[in-house]
Amino acid sequence: KESRNKAKMHPSAACRMRAIVGVKRVVDYAVKVRVKADKSAVETTGVKMSMNPFCEIAVEEAVRLKEKGIVTEIIAVSVGPTQSQETIRTALAMGVDRGIHIKAEGEILPLAVAKAFKAVCDAEKPEIVILGKQAIDGDSNQTGQMLAALMGWPQASFASKVEIVDGKATVTREVDGGLETLAMSLPVVITADLRLNEPRYATLPNIMKAKKKKIDATDFATLGVDPTSKITTVKVEEPPVRAGGEKVADVDAVIAKLKEKGLVG
Amino acid sequence: TSLEGHLAALRGGIGMNMREMNQVLEVNSDDMDVRAQAGVTRKQLNSYIRDTGLMFTVDPGADASLGGMASTRASGTNTVKYGGMRDNVLGITAVLANGEVMHTGSRARKSSTGYDLKNLLIGAEGTLGIITELNIRLVGQPAAVSSAVCEFATLADAVNCTMAVIQTGIPVARVELMDALSCAAVNKYSKMELKELPTLFFEFHGSQASVEEQAQQTGEIAESFGASGFKWSSDAQQRGKLWEARHHAYWAAIALRGLPNLRGMPTDAAVPISRLADCVIESDADLQEVTQRTGLVGPLVGHVGDGNFHYCLAIDVTNPDEIHEAKAFSQRLAERAIRMGGTCSGEHGVGYGKLKYLEMEHGAAAVGVMRSIKAAMDPHNILNPGKMGSPIE
Repeated sequence: KESRNKAKMHPSAACRMRAIVGVKRVVDYAVKVRVKADKSAVETTGVKMSMNPFCEIAVEEAVRLKEKGIVTEIIAVSVGPTQSQETIRTALAMGVDRGIHIKAEGEILPLAVAKAFKAVCDAEKPEIVILGKQAIDGDSNQTGQMLAALMGWPQASFASKVEIVDGKATVTREVDGGLETLAMSLPVVITADLRLNEPRYATLPNIMKAKKKKIDATDFATLGVDPTSKITTVKVEEPPVRAGGEKVADVDAVIAKLKEKGLVG
Repeated sequence: TSLEGHLAALRGGIGMNMREMNQVLEVNSDDMDVRAQAGVTRKQLNSYIRDTGLMFTVDPGADASLGGMASTRASGTNTVKYGGMRDNVLGITAVLANGEVMHTGSRARKSSTGYDLKNLLIGAEGTLGIITELNIRLVGQPAAVSSAVCEFATLADAVNCTMAVIQTGIPVARVELMDALSCAAVNKYSKMELKELPTLFFEFHGSQASVEEQAQQTGEIAESFGASGFKWSSDAQQRGKLWEARHHAYWAAIALRGLPNLRGMPTDAAVPISRLADCVIESDADLQEVTQRTGLVGPLVGHVGDGNFHYCLAIDVTNPDEIHEAKAFSQRLAERAIRMGGTCSGEHGVGYGKLKYLEMEHGAAAVGVMRSIKAAMDPHNILNPGKMGSPIE
């Protein structure tokens, strides 16, 4: 009887499936972004910040995998300032089990983030990593791909459908020519695209439960990763102001104008 | 922008567009309220607070501004559970005709001090002050949602079923009625295969167990009123399919006559629920007569839990006869609703289009007091003159 109880308390590694999701705190998608007066960066002081929408989709997918009984534990990882913990809390409220906050100030570029995630993956040994395809501030679309390369793992980016069966992932990707389906063995890196799912809202009871879930703090130094980048941002500018359009009286006038601007023969 | 000429500058004047006064000022998760400027829209607000687990519930369909919704005392499809603006605005800051800034309401949930100026402004349609900020009540996002649909042999059965569901104490979140003609319109427009019968669409909010229980209990009640085809689901995608017809109803109604360039002219009567079936049956008979004579049709959609229903008349606005017929029908409907103890406008407000019914509905004494209040607050009648409360010319 005692050995049976022990087996219940320590499920074998074969049953354990750990997922890591990346979440990033960014300027809320609804905000009209402004550039700082000194053109060094986008203004973020006093501006509403939220979880990157593609990260929300990544979290939702991991939570659905857990609800299906495929994933047994989800860890949310975020690189950023102290307030990134709020973003991790939102992930916890959506159903993630625990969080890891990699504290860092200033702009951290994808390669440094990927190296930090590698350090976390080396320690936590997940079978699945799901990231958003890109963050809506940098629009880099690099971290997932870089992480897969650093780990030597297969990658499936722009995922619109994910199936995990018997240690294999089948992922449908949205590519320029349409849809592409890949099959790969775990562990894998997947990046989430818009149509993968529609993320749930965190409900109040779940937000309250999330306050009790654990967030471990660490930093680049502790992880043994150098965050300094070989790339410096020189200048950030708003796009040129759009010139006004022009109304003309009839179709002949349209054609004349198009010819005048050299747009038609 | 409203539906009864609320913004029409009958004497010229300055129209104030509050759109750019659109900041969310303060979110108080613990108190479950939020302070926002008047130009914030409901979808903008709900997006802003989506990570708090809270939501602003009033949903009139359009992505309306908070100030506009307050000025028209807006409600929507889930008013039956959460109330309308009157129940969800805790405080209003307004600029008065003399330039003073007035604060009304309180962040405390109850106060027995002073006249209730906040509620005076709600529904005043801009005639007593210009709303600049609102304090809005929020509720928790439901943990689960389930939806149900079923058809009835008669409209009276559908209405009686709704009354029974409410009286049983089931906290239904939405209960919408589509009549047979509306179902036919949607079949034609969206190529669906609904039964052309009075149909009820339900939605329930709560915990997973609760929404399943509510749906099942409602199914049993519906069956006792002869309902057929009761289907329910708590899956998001299937719920969307169950409600699809209701979401297409308005556009299907406009398209029903098969003519281009028609404009929708919805009616808006509301009566005590116990009179709803009678009101609709009488109005239907009236409308049948109009249809036979003129070809005008009016598919019906109703917030049956509130006793409020809309005929979606689609008219050719270049045809003065059609306008005349539609207005005459609308007038008879308004008078019928008032006679039955109801109101000529459940949601769309008075503007100047329904000014003429105010005294019939409220009586001379009340209308006299409205005029006195307006005269006291806006002696020079600069705020939306010619509308509610203005002296008779």
